[in-house]
Amino acid sequence: MTVDLILFFGLAAVAVSAAIAMLLSRNAVYSALFLILNFATVAVFFLLLGAPFIAMAQVTVYAGAIMVLFLFVIMLLGAEQVQERQKGGWQRPIAILLALVLIIETGYLIFGRGALSAVIEPAASNYASPQAIGETLFTDFLLPFEVTSVLLLVAMVGVIVLTKEERKKAD
Amino acid sequence: MVPVSYYFALSAILFTLGALGVLIRRNAIIIFMSVELMLNAANLLFVAFARSYEALNGQIYVFFVIAVAAAEVAVGLALIVAIFRSKQSIDIDEISSLKG
Repeated sequence: MTVDLILFFGLAAVAVSAAIAMLLSRNAVYSALFLILNFATVAVFFLLLGAPFIAMAQVTVYAGAIMVLFLFVIMLLGAEQVQERQKGGWQRPIAILLALVLIIETGYLIFGRGALSAVIEPAASNYASPQAIGETLFTDFLLPFEVTSVLLLVAMVGVIVLTKEERKKAD
Repeated sequence: MVPVSYYFALSAILFTLGALGVLIRRNAIIIFMSVELMLNAANLLFVAFARSYEALNGQIYVFFVIAVAAAEVAVGLALIVAIFRSKQSIDIDEISSLKG
């Protein structure tokens, strides 16, 4: 029991500090690397919660494909160093205040009601195995799955159109 | 074992940090990364509740969220590249051509 709690708090500390470091670092490449650390930590959380398939998808798609795309664009644009002019300096304190209000309200909703005291028990051994996920995906969720493929096709065509138009303008 | 509310609290903290990043940063790419952080916090909560109720639906939703995020990132980064080519900047305060 205590081992689980220690593991949870250690990983949570890593995830939160990686997120804060992502917000504060001046260099966009460092921000992207801290975000990859955060995604990897969340993947470990998924493993702890008995979701191996989602954890692997998180590592390959999020920490792999998406963040490589981010790093590629950052280096393509040469936008590592941010030249942030503090023109709208009044926005920052208000934003921090609103974030504090949001976290306090959420904390009240989570801990003030006491309705969420359920404890996560060890699951059955075949819970969320890739086989079970696949069966659910291709029976109950077949239509959303097909729609997702159409969505990815639309995104692909959209990206090609967006970049091609720029090339025509440059000529 | 760990109560569900701890996962809820962690997810709320990560979501708030993402929202804060969208509000205080001016670099369009960092704002985009903060949006990814918020999506990820929601995914964590989905998986935690799916585990709590021993239901698979939450994990399937996470799968779809990841697919949609991949499409969103591809289109969004293409837009950022297009903006950078016309404005030579990705500071969102510079992108104010429509301002009256």
